[in-house]
Amino acid sequence: MNVVVCVKQIPDPAAPGALDPSTHTLVRSGKLILDDSDSYGVEMALQLAGNVEGSEVTIVSMAPNGETSGLRTALAMGAARAILVSDDALAGSDALSTAKVLAAAARRAAPDLVIAATESTDGYTGTMPVQMAELLGMPSVTFAKRVSTDGTTLKVERQTESGYDDVECPLPAVVTVTAGVVEPRYPSFKGIMAAKSKPIDVLSIGDLGLDAGQVGRAGARQEVVDVSEAEARGSGEIVVDEGDGAQRIVAFLEQLKVV
Amino acid sequence: MDRIWVLAETAESGPTPVTLELLTAARAHASTVEAVAWGPDTASIAGTVGEYGATKVYDVGDLAGALPGAPVAAAIAALVASGDAPDAIFVPASYDGRDIAGRLSAKLDRPVLTNITGFAQGDGQLTTEHPVFGGTLVVTARFTGDGPGIFVVRAKSFTAERSGGGPAEVVAVAPGDVGATGAAKIVERHVEAASGPKLDEAAVVVSGGRGLGAPEHYALVEELARLLHGAPGASRAIVDAGWVPYSHQVGQTGKTVKPTVYVACGISGATQHLVGMKGSKHIVAINKDQEAPIFSVSDLGIVGDVHKVLPALIEQLKSRG
Ligand SMILES: Cc1cc2nc3c(=O)[nH]c(=O)nc-3n(C[C@H](O)[C@H](O)[C@H](O)COP(=O)(O)OP(=O)(O)OC[C@H]3O[C@@H](n4cnc5c(N)ncnc54)[C@H](O)[C@@H]3O)c2cc1C
Ligand SMILES: Nc1ncnc2c1ncn2[C@@H]1O[C@H](COP(=O)(O)O)[C@@H](O)[C@H]1O
Repeated sequence: MNVVVCVKQIPDPAAPGALDPSTHTLVRSGKLILDDSDSYGVEMALQLAGNVEGSEVTIVSMAPNGETSGLRTALAMGAARAILVSDDALAGSDALSTAKVLAAAARRAAPDLVIAATESTDGYTGTMPVQMAELLGMPSVTFAKRVSTDGTTLKVERQTESGYDDVECPLPAVVTVTAGVVEPRYPSFKGIMAAKSKPIDVLSIGDLGLDAGQVGRAGARQEVVDVSEAEARGSGEIVVDEGDGAQRIVAFLEQLKVV
Repeated sequence: MDRIWVLAETAESGPTPVTLELLTAARAHASTVEAVAWGPDTASIAGTVGEYGATKVYDVGDLAGALPGAPVAAAIAALVASGDAPDAIFVPASYDGRDIAGRLSAKLDRPVLTNITGFAQGDGQLTTEHPVFGGTLVVTARFTGDGPGIFVVRAKSFTAERSGGGPAEVVAVAPGDVGATGAAKIVERHVEAASGPKLDEAAVVVSGGRGLGAPEHYALVEELARLLHGAPGASRAIVDAGWVPYSHQVGQTGKTVKPTVYVACGISGATQHLVGMKGSKHIVAINKDQEAPIFSVSDLGIVGDVHKVLPALIEQLKSRG
């Protein structure tokens, strides 16, 4: 079974985010790291591949400046190889353009199963994986909280508003996983060393047969027209509990006539 | 705009609240509002969606257990291809809504705008508002190029209001040809037993986070919610940890709540949590860290230990009877 995991490399979310004042897009300079949301996908891929003989896990990513640090993390966890699409023409790509690029890249690994996160930490459109599924002609099951496969059929517990659905689907298919679905392993020292010599194919959009006018800012058919400060929600009273915290809350609720 | 379609999701009790919110929003920007629905008994919602302004319901029909993403998107794409295209398509930011929007986007080769919380008109064009960085900034965006644009809108962004319209006309449309893409099937549904008001409808929401320390302490949150006739909620941290089911999650990936009072217990106030509860009328926060970001949005902040404050609060409310 060929398993492809989409892995986004993003600016460290612990650092405060910023928007580029001219393009209004997220600033993506500086070092990028593996999106924590995708570490669940990588772990899921490794577990599922481990259960089906002859499986291989390939990481697929689109990122600027030939960035590979997040890919190395995924390779250190145990993935076999990676495909990176990096091209200046991709700057400013919307989710659909990203899906076109990643679908073309994923095809190279002849995937039986494509795994992505439900949504990325920095973009959180949550539509890229389904757009990709449509372009690949595959079914998709989103919001998976449990996944298993015998290499032929995918079984998923899919979150719903009021519980979950058991969903079944033949492979090849796309599945998106939520955080908490598995416990991502920490790369071992051995894994980190091994990752250094694992292959990473770096491709341009020309290599994928895509046209520069289709992707990036040139291909985006949406634009940001304004960025403004939201109405601030003034913070009210903050008091240190001296044993009277509960009483304060009761008084507040009384004033609102909630009690 | 002439015509907007609204994806109408239905639950046991009829169209979902966000469907009615989107119909209301669509009315403000188009002269004709129509709905697209699916399910075994779409005719039953014709009255309600009509009351909120839809004049027509395109009925994709019973999907026989298939996940709606592929067949509903294919049906809409077929209508658009036949020349029957709206100017815009409004989609609820729900599980199935996002699937349909993604599929439709690829089929029509049109981008999607997601996480929308507001609309405005600019130069005769619809512009969209998106909260970013935990709702501290608002980005305004719009589509360029030919339509129809696909707009994915967060629940509770608009207040549903009736238009006083009569029942919508139901027009059957064939689910499109989906081939392999439609092969995902629901084989069994599991519905959690629920009691008390629903999380996204309750007037009071009491949420717990990692600061509770251990899963058994969530009982304090449930007890307080019960005493206030409210619903218990949670941060993603404790949902991921398996303390409470996902249906309790408040935030970007969970439910948006706008109760009269929101009580955050041991929740730090990460940006993804704030976007789901910042619209609450009044916010009370209990956190032992004075620097916790949750205090920047609270009306009453108690710097204290949840293990002291919550039991005392529950005791006092009980003694009031
Ligand atoms: C793509 C994406 C989507 C996300 N979506 C959501 C979402 O929908 N909802 C959501 O909630 N999160 C979401 N998150 C996660 C979010 O970033 C935070 O990780 C999460 O909200 C933290 O939960 P918490 O506040 O319970 O835990 P923590 O951040 O660990 O905070 C615990 C707090 O408890 C306090 N505390 C500890 N002990 C005590 C005590 N004894 N008494 C009082 N206070 C105490 C601490 O001071 C701390 O502030 C998302 C993240 C990503 C990347
Ligand atoms: N540039 C990218 N490279 C690799 N995977 C991506 C990329 N963008 C999105 N994805 C995948 O798609 C998921 C959803 O992304 P988004 O649509 O940005 O919320 C992410 O969590 C990733 O798994």
